[in-house]
Amino acid sequence: MSLEKCKEELKKVLDQYSHDREALLPCLHVAQEQCGCLTEDIISFLAKELNLPRVEVYSTASFYSMFSFEKRGKHVIRVCTSLPCYLKGSEKILKTLNEELNVTVGHTTSDRVFTLEAVSCIGACDKAPAMMIDEKLYGNLTPEKVREIISKYKGGRDA
Amino acid sequence: MKILLKHVETEGYSPNLQSYLTEGGYSALKRALKMKPEEIISEVKLSKLVGRGGAAFPTGLKWEFTRKAKESPKYVVCNADEGEPGTFKDRIILEKDPHLILEGMVICGFAIGAEQGFIYIRGEYFEAYKILKNAIEEAEKNNYLGKNILGSNFSFKINLYRGAGAYVCGEETALLDSLEGKKGQSRVKPPFPTFVGLKNKPTVLNNVETFANIPEIILNGGEWFSKIGSPLSPGTKLYCLSGDINKPGVYELPTNITLKELLEKYGGGVQGKLKAVLPGGVSGAILTTENLDVVMDYPSVQKAGGMLGSGAVIVINESHCMVDLAEKCAEFFEYESCGKCAPCREGTKRAREILLNIAQGRGELSDLKLLKELREVMYDTSRCGLGQAALNLTVSAVEKFPDEFEEHISKKKCKLNICPVGDVR
Amino acid sequence: MTDMVNLIIDGQKVRVPAGTTVFEAARKINVNIPHLCYHENLSIYGACRICVVEIKGRPRLEPSCATLVEEGMEVKTNTARIRKARRMIVELLLANHPEDCFTCERNQICELRKLAYDLGIRSLRFEKGRKYDYEQDFSSPALVRDPNKCIQCSRCIRVCAEIQSVGAIDFVNRGARTQVLTFFNKGLNNVECTGCGQCILACPTGALRPQFAVDEIWDAISDPKKFVVVQTAPAVRAAIGEEFGMPPGSLVTGKMAAALRRLGFDRVFDTQFGADLTIMEEAHELIERIKSGGKLPMITSCSPGWIKFIEHFFPDCLEHLSSCKSPQQMFGAIAKTYYAEKLGIDPRNMCVVSVMPCTAKKFEAKRPEMCSAFEYWKERLNLKEEDRFPDVDIVVTTRGLARMIKEAGIDFVNLPDEDFDEPLGVSTGAAVIFGATGGVMEAALRTAYEVVTGKILEKIEFHSVRGMEAIKEAEVELNGLELKVAVAHGLSNAKVLLERVQNGESPYHFIEVMACPGGCLGGGGQPIPTNLEIRKKRAEAIYLEDMAKPIRKSHENPAINRLYTEFLDKPLSEKAHHLLHTTYVRRSRY
Repeated sequence: MSLEKCKEELKKVLDQYSHDREALLPCLHVAQEQCGCLTEDIISFLAKELNLPRVEVYSTASFYSMFSFEKRGKHVIRVCTSLPCYLKGSEKILKTLNEELNVTVGHTTSDRVFTLEAVSCIGACDKAPAMMIDEKLYGNLTPEKVREIISKYKGGRDA
Repeated sequence: MKILLKHVETEGYSPNLQSYLTEGGYSALKRALKMKPEEIISEVKLSKLVGRGGAAFPTGLKWEFTRKAKESPKYVVCNADEGEPGTFKDRIILEKDPHLILEGMVICGFAIGAEQGFIYIRGEYFEAYKILKNAIEEAEKNNYLGKNILGSNFSFKINLYRGAGAYVCGEETALLDSLEGKKGQSRVKPPFPTFVGLKNKPTVLNNVETFANIPEIILNGGEWFSKIGSPLSPGTKLYCLSGDINKPGVYELPTNITLKELLEKYGGGVQGKLKAVLPGGVSGAILTTENLDVVMDYPSVQKAGGMLGSGAVIVINESHCMVDLAEKCAEFFEYESCGKCAPCREGTKRAREILLNIAQGRGELSDLKLLKELREVMYDTSRCGLGQAALNLTVSAVEKFPDEFEEHISKKKCKLNICPVGDVR
Repeated sequence: MTDMVNLIIDGQKVRVPAGTTVFEAARKINVNIPHLCYHENLSIYGACRICVVEIKGRPRLEPSCATLVEEGMEVKTNTARIRKARRMIVELLLANHPEDCFTCERNQICELRKLAYDLGIRSLRFEKGRKYDYEQDFSSPALVRDPNKCIQCSRCIRVCAEIQSVGAIDFVNRGARTQVLTFFNKGLNNVECTGCGQCILACPTGALRPQFAVDEIWDAISDPKKFVVVQTAPAVRAAIGEEFGMPPGSLVTGKMAAALRRLGFDRVFDTQFGADLTIMEEAHELIERIKSGGKLPMITSCSPGWIKFIEHFFPDCLEHLSSCKSPQQMFGAIAKTYYAEKLGIDPRNMCVVSVMPCTAKKFEAKRPEMCSAFEYWKERLNLKEEDRFPDVDIVVTTRGLARMIKEAGIDFVNLPDEDFDEPLGVSTGAAVIFGATGGVMEAALRTAYEVVTGKILEKIEFHSVRGMEAIKEAEVELNGLELKVAVAHGLSNAKVLLERVQNGESPYHFIEVMACPGGCLGGGGQPIPTNLEIRKKRAEAIYLEDMAKPIRKSHENPAINRLYTEFLDKPLSEKAHHLLHTTYVRRSRY
């Protein structure tokens, strides 16, 4: 989505919240999900609209794990590494993904298709070990299942 | 006895208004609107319901304080930021019975004199968000939300607000700041949200599960509720079983269930040999095989040295090394600390470092004493529950499994060969 | 009549108004609870947790800075439990801190070091821990940020946002990875930072400091080819004594001149000469604008932090600024033209050093517009672009000069008084009051009054523009015109006035703005601590020097009059315009 189109979408959210500070998190979500990542332009734009110092908007955005200032891959893989998933083998899942995708945690594959992240508990502990790819939850994982799932995404399966 | 999962466990139930009404949904609201707000609060007080998010504060009292507060407008906020490792109960209600929450919130709004409610839902619950959004639209279209609900003088709106990946936003004042569009950092308490809450106005902030109990309490009366489960903290509780257990999942049980019953009768038994149980996620102390008879209500678990919290029961068998697990939990708190106050920001960092040193064969015996003292200082001086509780698990692991820690330090040995103690750098 | 609250602190009965914090109440019984993030002029942060106290009935320790007193409260400020907590928290902060106290410029005035000493910390139990590994920010000519020494107390962030309404820095990231940064880590020079240095005064450690200039000055002084001239701002003589243990408010002009001479400067001049010159140009500019219907209100332009602020935040109001340069810059231009000609020396061999209470002056000296002497000499000496030299070469702060005096082993306190050199060391009382908020206004009025009315000004002092009030107003009758003036110090007060100007609602003809609270005497390069009490004392010293001066009006300065007769012709002449006036840059805040 172009910057102009993005700003239009953001203006809609800003109007919904009467340009109050509460608009910030919803706007950042829209920007993140529709514009790819939070750029200087977007943060400056939001700061201007909300009449805040730009570093304060930058500061707020930087606090939350779901927001990124770097462009992520087409698909974001979030592997849970909290205790219940750890007990059931989240390390093996991460290792499998390292091997399958040739990427380490916190980085994006060179073809920019996958970004691999290690996250805190995603509330799927009864299906541990679990991961999310974009909005979809995958539980009861094994290295084999992970390979299967990844190949579907590689084959062009969309969210 | 099912209160919370009554609909969810009904064959063919869907998370839509039609299903909800068929099962008798919104009849509690109808009744409540004919009661006086003070009567509603009285029933909630009689029920002895305590908050199901972890802090276990008497719900009726919270509502009463907020009702009596002089400032306006007032707000109702539902904490759906479920983030405690091992907790996944709120997700079930949000995804499968969303109207239960809405009804509970509207009744609360009527009782305290609020016209605006918010559901702060963690950003990663994409599915639940969509379902809730639908439910709110349905409720608005059918006059269960909005202006003059069900022909009364009472109006109430609910807004959905998404979190963005910060465990600390589960803490009530951090949640309020996040809801205001800021970083999720805690506020100094007192004053409490009942007096100075959202936008500095009186606010009731309750967990999803707490609101889910309200409709039945209104329909059957507070006294009825107070007779269920353990008299010390009555009602049913959603217990989440995870880890080395045969049947992980959410179990709604009366609060006088024992840990043993929960694990064996409902959880299908432990996988392998039981080593430790965390009754309240990673924020509480460890229980061991000696504590299996503990009754799973808040005061009893606390008496046994643990913390029931949100009811996230994580089961650990003997294939795991306590030093390794303590380090992983310390890593969690270091990552999730909001960073505002020095004891938590620095304490979680150094605690993890010390545990990593022990795991990598660079520990010293004085480290164990240091961890205990660090925990005391963090409990005493951290701004919020995250820092106050961060080292509970670690210190109780050191206390209950001293040999394991000492072996890692003095003999540079990890019996289970999990920690890289041998490669001393 | 406010409600009073009775409580017990450390066994003693205390009675304070409702709304007082426990921290403030403890002060009443002479207990100054150890603290780091608390700052008397800033909002409460409550995050260092060092000021914790025991309150009966509460399970945990409570931050005294953020806890309001309650009737019947029982507080203990010093118990074993509290001592244990305070020591451990400071040890945790020290665990991150670089161990370079020996070479740190703040080692005498570091609050962290003092706290470690006062709390009796004898062992560092986290010394095996990782230190920070952040990059320092050298981008700004005015100040340097070293995030490795930062303890995340947020005092710099709060002063920048609350007192200065700039907001150029904030916490970025979360948890132990939290850092104080600029927007997208661009560096202070590339964002809205005005260089005022208030953050330096607020910072308890060496995480923020002015850009150093001392070694460069030593090099210039030791260079036989260089003719080194020094000018000192009025606010320096009212504060530098504090660096040598003298009480705040000690006026040490004579000692300062003596010390400068002993350091080896070729000429010891006075920025106050530049200040008198500024008044000549600015008073006439104001009169001219009023006569010809020019842009009003006119706003003073001698505070470079203020200039950068208006350039970023109110670029549409730039035409309101006086086109006059600051005294520092006017001095530099005259020194390298008029004075160089007088001495017959090549201006390229003259090094102008200025001693300032200010960090933004370092930025001002490097502004591309500030090379008027070069432009003057360009044709005459056939200079090329690569020969370009600034009007002011090096700017050092009050603290920096004090270090030079200490390095040379000079016993400052016992120096005999000496005078400045002539002609650029001659100044009036109107010039010295530039150092205090309201001083530029008062000096300008003393001259404007006599120029417009042709009468002698009997009452020299304009008390209505003096003092520490946020915004001061006055009205002066000038030949039938009710001249309305306003004075603001601290940028958030400037913002209030500017918003009215922007909306076309400003009733004033003339506004004085100084970026720093108290005026230049509270600048980012001044001795630490600088607080309200100390600012007031420094102001007293400044007004004392004014009263002691035989000549108290800028237009009566004989050296200035000679400068016009011999060189500039008259105020606002073409030559004056080229050398003493400047232009501004439109910047933005987004």
